[in-house]
Amino acid sequence: MISLNILEISYLIASLTFVVGLKMLSHPDTARKGNLIAAAGMLIAILATLVLYQSYDANKLFNYGLIFFGLLVGSIIGTIMAQKVKMTAMPQMVSFFNGMGGACAALIAIIEFQNHQHVTVTSAFDGALLVMLLGLVIGSVSFAGSMIAYGKLEGKIKDKVLPFNQAVNMILLFGMIALILIQFFGEINPMLFYVLLGVALIYGILFVMPIGGADMPVVISLLNSFTGIAAALGGFLYSNKAMLTGGILVGSAGTILTILMCKAMNRSLTNVLLGAFGAAGAAGGKSASGDQTVREISINDTAVLLSYSQKVVIVPGYGLAVAQAQHICHELEQLLEEKGVEVNYAIHPVAGRMPGHMNVLLAEADVPYERLQEMEEINPKLASTDVVVVIGANDVVNPAAKNDPSSPIFGMPILEVDQAKNVIILKRGMSAGYAGIENELFFYPKTRMLFGDAKDSLQKLATEVKEV
Amino acid sequence: MEQLLNYIGQNMEMIYFLILAILLGVEVISNVPAILHTPLMSGANAIHGVVVVGAIIVMLQASPDNYAALSIGFLAVVMGTLNVVGGFVVTDRMLEMFKKKPKKQ
Repeated sequence: MISLNILEISYLIASLTFVVGLKMLSHPDTARKGNLIAAAGMLIAILATLVLYQSYDANKLFNYGLIFFGLLVGSIIGTIMAQKVKMTAMPQMVSFFNGMGGACAALIAIIEFQNHQHVTVTSAFDGALLVMLLGLVIGSVSFAGSMIAYGKLEGKIKDKVLPFNQAVNMILLFGMIALILIQFFGEINPMLFYVLLGVALIYGILFVMPIGGADMPVVISLLNSFTGIAAALGGFLYSNKAMLTGGILVGSAGTILTILMCKAMNRSLTNVLLGAFGAAGAAGGKSASGDQTVREISINDTAVLLSYSQKVVIVPGYGLAVAQAQHICHELEQLLEEKGVEVNYAIHPVAGRMPGHMNVLLAEADVPYERLQEMEEINPKLASTDVVVVIGANDVVNPAAKNDPSSPIFGMPILEVDQAKNVIILKRGMSAGYAGIENELFFYPKTRMLFGDAKDSLQKLATEVKEV
Repeated sequence: MEQLLNYIGQNMEMIYFLILAILLGVEVISNVPAILHTPLMSGANAIHGVVVVGAIIVMLQASPDNYAALSIGFLAVVMGTLNVVGGFVVTDRMLEMFKKKPKKQ
C-alpha cells in the first residue's frame, strides 16, 4: 500500500512538473529550464511506474528485461536522431516524434482491446471500450498524418490532391464514427476493430495529403494536440494521473497554439483543413504573364546600395534555412552596422515551415533578440525603410494577399515590403513559393532580383560591403 | 441513459480533473511570444510522450508467453521512448540557442 501511495505522489510530482515546465517554456528566460524540469518529471513518472506499479488483481508483473531493453533502444535512437538533425529539419523532426507518440497510444489500445475481449462487462455502458476505440482512432490518425507531414517536409512526398479527396475524407470520417458506434452498442468484434484501425490510418494519410505549403505548421500543431488527447485517453484507461495531465495539457495547449497560428494567417481552422491550399494554388492566383520581365541587380550594386542606406530590413524565409545562410547573414548585418546602417529583421509569423522557425535559426547565428521584429511591429516602419532584403521568402511578402481576391492566400497578413523604397530579392530562380503562387512583387519597378544560392550571394555581398 | 449517468457519476473525479486540466492548458499557453512557438510545440510534443507510461504498464501486465502482446508492447515502449527522449533533446537543442548573449556595448 505504501508503495502505491508513493507511486501516486510521483505522478503528482510529474504532473506538476508538466504544468510548470509548460509555463516556463512560454517565457524566453526560463524556457530551457522549463524543458529540463518537465523532462525530470517524466523520468520520475517512468521510474516510479517501473519500480512501484502494482496490478490491481495482485498478479505478478513481468517482462522487466524487455521493458528496459525497449527504453534503452528508444533512448539511444531518440538521442541520436535529435542530436544529428539539422536546424532546418526541426519541424519534420517534431512531426516524426509526434507520430511515434500517436503510434504508441494506438498500440496500447490494440493490446488492451485484446485483453478486454476476455473481460465480462457488467454495465451496458462500457466506458473502457469507448476509450480504447477513441484512443485507437486518434492515435492512428495522428501517427499516419504525422508521417505524411514528415515525408512532405522532407520532400519525399509531393502534395497530391486525389479526386474527391474531401468527399472521401468525409465518408471515412463517418465510417469511423459508425464503426465505433456499432462496436460500442453491439457485440465486440475483433474484425471490425482492425477495419477501424485500417480506416483510421487511411484517414490520417488522406487528411494531410492535400494540405500543402504554408499550412503545414498548423497541421503539425493540430496532430500534436491529437496525440495529447490519445495519451490522455490512455490515462483514463489506467486511471493514471500523470498520463492524464500530460495528455490533456498538450491537447488543450496544442489546440490553442493551432488557433493562434490560424489567426496569424487570417484564416479559420476549417478553411485550412478543407481549403486545401495545394488545390487552390494551381487554379487561383494571377498567372504570371510571360512578357513581364524582372530586373536583376549585381552583387556590387547591391553592396553599394546597402552600405549607403540608413535603414535596412532583412526578411528571412525558408530559403535562408535551406541554404544554411544564417551565420553569413548575421555577418553581413554586423558589417552594415559598423557602417552605421540600422539593420532589422522582419519575422512573419509563418515564415519558414513553422512559427518561430526563423527565430530559432537566427538565434543560432547569435542575432540579438531585439533585432527580430514581428510583423505588426515592423510593417508601419517599412515605408521609411531604404532597402528590404528578402532572403528566400516568397508567400509572406506576396502583395496578392492584399489585392488579389482570387489568390488562395488572399486575406493573409503579409510583410508589406512593397512600401519600402527598394526591394532586393535573393532567390535561386523564378520558381513560385511553397504555396505554388506567382508573386507579382518580383515584377514591381522598385524590385531587383539577385539570383543565386542565398549563402553564396550573401558571402559575396559581405566581401563587397567590406570593400565599399 | 441511466447507465451513462452511472458511468459519469463513478468517474466524477476524473471528469473534474479533465475539465480543470483543459482550462489549465489554455491558461498556461496564452500570451506566448511568437518567438517561442516552435520550442513550445516541441516541448509539448515531448510531454505527451508520457504515453510511454501506459506502454510500460501494458508490458508489466502481459504474460511472458503472450507473444503478440509482447511484441506490440515492446514496439510501443520503443516508440513512446523515442517521443519522450527525442522530444526533450530536440527542444533543449533549440533552446540552447536562445541563451542570453552578452550585450554589445
